[in-house]
Amino acid sequence: MRIFGLNRRIVRALLGSQYAHMLEYRAEIALWALSGVLPFIMLSLWSGSDARAQLGLDGVALDRYFLSAFLVRQFSVVWMVYAFEEDALLGRLSPYLLQPLHPLWRYVASHLGEQLTRLPFAAGIAGVFFLIQPQAFWIPSLGGFLLAWIATWMAFAIAFLLQSLIASLCFWSEKATALERLLFLPFLFFSGLLAPLTAFPPAVQDWVRWTPFPYLIDFPARVLSGDAVNLAAGFGAQLAWVLLLLPLVLLLWRAGVRRYSAMGA
Amino acid sequence: MGRYWRTLRRFWGTALATQLEYQLNVVVELLAVVLSLGGSLLLLSLFFGPGRELGGWNWNQALIVQGFYTVFDGMTTAWLRPNLGAIVTYVREGTLDFVLLKPIDSQFWVSLRTFAPAGLSEVVLGLGLAGWGAHQSGVVLTPPLLVAVLLMLMVAAVILYSLWFLIAATSIWFVKTWNATEVLRAVLASGRYPLEAYPASLRLLFTLVVPVAFLTTVPAEVLLGRASLPLLALGFVLAGGFFAAARGFWLFALRHYTSASS
Repeated sequence: MRIFGLNRRIVRALLGSQYAHMLEYRAEIALWALSGVLPFIMLSLWSGSDARAQLGLDGVALDRYFLSAFLVRQFSVVWMVYAFEEDALLGRLSPYLLQPLHPLWRYVASHLGEQLTRLPFAAGIAGVFFLIQPQAFWIPSLGGFLLAWIATWMAFAIAFLLQSLIASLCFWSEKATALERLLFLPFLFFSGLLAPLTAFPPAVQDWVRWTPFPYLIDFPARVLSGDAVNLAAGFGAQLAWVLLLLPLVLLLWRAGVRRYSAMGA
Repeated sequence: MGRYWRTLRRFWGTALATQLEYQLNVVVELLAVVLSLGGSLLLLSLFFGPGRELGGWNWNQALIVQGFYTVFDGMTTAWLRPNLGAIVTYVREGTLDFVLLKPIDSQFWVSLRTFAPAGLSEVVLGLGLAGWGAHQSGVVLTPPLLVAVLLMLMVAAVILYSLWFLIAATSIWFVKTWNATEVLRAVLASGRYPLEAYPASLRLLFTLVVPVAFLTTVPAEVLLGRASLPLLALGFVLAGGFFAAARGFWLFALRHYTSASS
């Protein structure tokens, strides 16, 4: 029986092969993991600044928030549009389209394989962080950890769907990655990666809550760091964004594939 | 020398012509530059408020730092990324052979072959922002001050180039370490804010190991007329040292280059 075109054998083959593939690139992935140090730089800046009081994160709460933001980013980073653009330009997409499996699953599997490869490096960086800041060490409760895991995967799902939407535009324009840059900018500033959402003026906060960005970093990071957060509202918003984006992506994808005429057309 | 100058004009002329083929792309890039600067300013403003400072720098002074950061971010987009980012491809595909056979210095060729015009708009915006910040801080721009600032910006540009080049040149051995420039980029992002805003240990790291301080904070201090002479001398020494290291490392790396699939 296949659910969304998947059964256990297909899942195992996809994940196994993609994980093996990603392990080959472990040096690269280690460097990618290291290039996510921005939250730590912002932490050192925020913790010494006069503006810290307005964040509502006292003492070690700020350290934990930024460490959680780092970890959430590590496991929700999406680069699908770049891989897809290359596949579409070079015509590698054609054989994928012939397979009796939605090509998007292949990209999902390679992201999951990459996350698994990243795990030891991200854990290592977190370990170094705790060596430098031992007072910030904490072990989330099992329930809290599971909730944070789900929130991170939901964040990954939203980010993946957003990029798939842009990737589907590759069927019409060859330079869709330029649009990804425009999407990345609001993500960078409003997701909570550089500043917790509470740092922004209330008017900006109210407005940002209607975008998907705070649910990509800020919400999962707060769940992971054990901050008081409205779980129902957060998960509800995440689910709403997934439910909104999924049909859009599938529709646009189907229209795009009809247009697609392989390489050189 | 004249030959290099003529070659450079050809390089950039063709680069510009290529870019103009993708006009929509240029518009998107320009929009991204403006949005990025707007976001950075919004983020910076979060640290300030009535009576608040960031590491002893007030809003207008911090704008100078942010402006210089934008200038060097533009330099990265315009020159470093498109040129030095391509070295790894030359090595992988073996086309570095063709570069080495040309009757022109290979480092010159790989460093200046092309440029991305979108970065130039960032350079201009950054200079404008720094100028505005200086004006609001009551700086009177005398010719000697202008010369000093330009000298320090050149020192900063040499340091930035050398850091990038050192990492990019390692791709002669390890094709896969190209992503190390992303790590460098992440660390350099700390230059958006004045050095004094960071804890002491990071300040030392950002001054001597990865001299981010000399990219933005030191030129801003020169502009505000409060830089000390030993610090400026250290900047020159670091720039000279890093450039010599980059040059030496390139010549050393080329001796180990054995064409494609090595």
